[in-house]
Amino acid sequence: MTLRIYVPKDACAIACGADEVVEAIQAAALARRQPVEIIRNGSRGMLWLEPLVEVVTPEGRIGYGPVGAEDVESLFAAGFQEGGAHALRIGKPEEHPFMAKQTRLTFARCGIIDPASYSDYRAHGGYKGLERALALGPVEIIEEVKKSGLRGRGGAGFPTAIKWKTVADAKADRKYIVCNADEGDSGTFADRMIMEGDPFELIEGMTIAGIAVGATKGYVYTRSEYPHAIWAMEKAIAAARAHGMLGVNIAGSQYSFDMEVRMGAGAYVCGEETALLDSLEGKRGTVRAKPPLPAHKGLFQKPTVINNVLSLTAVPHILADGGEFYANFGMGRSRGTMPIQIAGNIKYGGLFETAFGIPLGELINDIGGGTATGKPVKAAQVGGPLGAYVPTWQFDLPFDYEAFAAKDALIGHGGIVVFDEDADMKKMARFAMEFCSVESCGKCTPCRIGSTRGVELMDRIIAGERVEANLATLTDLCQTMKLGSLCALGGFTPYPVLSAMTHFPEEFGAPRRLEAAE
Amino acid sequence: MPHYEPWSEERARTVIEEFSHLEGPLMPMLHAVQETFGHVPDAIVPMLAEKLNVSRAEVHGVVTFYHDFRHEPAGRHVLKICRAEACQAAGGDALTAHAEHKLGCKLGETTADGRVTVEPIYCLGLCATAPSAMLDGKIVARLNERRLDALILEAQS
Ligand SMILES: Cc1cc2nc3c(=O)[nH]c(=O)nc-3n(C[C@H](O)[C@H](O)[C@H](O)COP(=O)(O)O)c2cc1C
Ligand code: SF4
Ligand code: FES
Repeated sequence: MTLRIYVPKDACAIACGADEVVEAIQAAALARRQPVEIIRNGSRGMLWLEPLVEVVTPEGRIGYGPVGAEDVESLFAAGFQEGGAHALRIGKPEEHPFMAKQTRLTFARCGIIDPASYSDYRAHGGYKGLERALALGPVEIIEEVKKSGLRGRGGAGFPTAIKWKTVADAKADRKYIVCNADEGDSGTFADRMIMEGDPFELIEGMTIAGIAVGATKGYVYTRSEYPHAIWAMEKAIAAARAHGMLGVNIAGSQYSFDMEVRMGAGAYVCGEETALLDSLEGKRGTVRAKPPLPAHKGLFQKPTVINNVLSLTAVPHILADGGEFYANFGMGRSRGTMPIQIAGNIKYGGLFETAFGIPLGELINDIGGGTATGKPVKAAQVGGPLGAYVPTWQFDLPFDYEAFAAKDALIGHGGIVVFDEDADMKKMARFAMEFCSVESCGKCTPCRIGSTRGVELMDRIIAGERVEANLATLTDLCQTMKLGSLCALGGFTPYPVLSAMTHFPEEFGAPRRLEAAE
Repeated sequence: MPHYEPWSEERARTVIEEFSHLEGPLMPMLHAVQETFGHVPDAIVPMLAEKLNVSRAEVHGVVTFYHDFRHEPAGRHVLKICRAEACQAAGGDALTAHAEHKLGCKLGETTADGRVTVEPIYCLGLCATAPSAMLDGKIVARLNERRLDALILEAQS
């Protein structure tokens, strides 16, 4: 009988040696004259276990991980073909506590199906949302999204339905759906994982958006750092087209929609929606002043919906199960689930999808198991390079847009980067300014010049020169950047800087007064 | 190791022609040019300007805006080391210093023998298994000194 084995094709698994594991399994099976079929799935998101190899047994899929090519012989010797005992055996992946505690909607299929297989997608509930969307029509699709309370997952948390309604109401000969898959924040990889692990879900979400607003063309703009995601998306787009799910009269309906993938070129600021649109048009990725909103004048001056990957991949579930079902999860004005990414110096790092409201400390300590180094946690930067450093004494913060904002912090794209006690907060503050100066689009002075001044000031503070005066100047500079920047790159860079200063004043050689200012 | 073609105007013309049917074709064209020749040569700028009916300054502005586009050919191998926060939290600084020491050049430079260019990269989306790096498009996570040494050896070969 043919042995069926799953080995992820997720970039993280590949970077941890998954391709070599596949070769080793093929060689070991050949030596035993054991026919084997290897399916390249996405990742389950238990990234410390990658490569997580799963064997299909009569009892279900049994996982082993992290598997190195050098472990494969011993796995065969231990009878892993039948799910045999081995030091790397984790049992059924879905029963692992890390998985069992999650509420997976967007990531329900990720790691389970073959991402390249249209029929596998269908067999696991794919295109149910689109079918219902076709039955409902544009007005009611937007009504469902409104009921769901979905807010943009790219960072700003803007209600998705309002954006869609604006584009739907705009009159134009052509409209666009643009998916923001630029995912430049350190500590985030959910967009990448879903594009690699369940790309049809994004296609379905964008198609529904297209029907809702009357757009016929979609673009996925992603980073050049994500070649595996680009490959997976292009393969899925071709398959969807071949099955009549993209192109003219999708699924035999009156609606037409097609899409393609475009690649950035290593500019963080192109994640900002208007810079992204300029980049798609073939220009420098500089931020546009608003208004006009992209919803009125977006790509090529046409009405454009621009949404993050996670916003768009939530949509098929909202349509399939109803907006109210989705809205049942969450807290306050943060409805539904959020794929949270736990990274950095972390023991059990990975993707954890759960309803909003979970405390930060639970994610880091209970689910993430604390630091990989085993040293005490010092702080976590949440929300990417523009997010605040949250100290351990604020770890009771619930994952909620408003709760974070009240503490001068942000959820952003849901990435948590954990630091242990060895982290040098002065250096991290300097890095925030340096990153801003490297990535600034150059349009406004507070960001372009301010970030360079910020680096210089941090250098002086680190060198112990006139610390008090330089800290005061830095605080002033941060105020100027916050108030005078056109976009959040210049406007939010002060948050990591100021949070590091406020919470760890002793490291900056600052007097007590900063602490009191908290 | 990536193989690049020597500059040829004729070849460049066919490379960019392939994308002329797209909306907003400049970025795909520039990527294709760099993939073909290993960098974006000055000589392509007037060709693109003419093709797309924009000024040379505009094309030049785009080429210089994006970190990915190289003005000069890189070393035979390119090692990109992630310098973003999650990799820093996982010990990336020490590894970067180690790589610079081993190669005898700093981030952003090419070794004297022209074999290896070492550059910073800001996040490869492998932040839960940090630190990470990329050698000529091959991604590596859970980097430690031993794995980094192996990568450097591969790059120097
Ligand atoms: C500097 C900067 C970088 C950004 N990067 C991203 C990104 O990588 N992905 C993303 O979805 N949104 C990013 N955003 C937010 C977008 O501007 C925009 O809010 C988002 O694409 C809207 O989609 P949503 O409503 O679905 O969240 C960034 C914003 C700024 C200022
Ligand atoms: S804040 Fe910075 S990145 Fe944003 S528009 Fe101004 S210069 Fe450009
Ligand atoms: S920060 Fe290095 S891979 Fe994300």
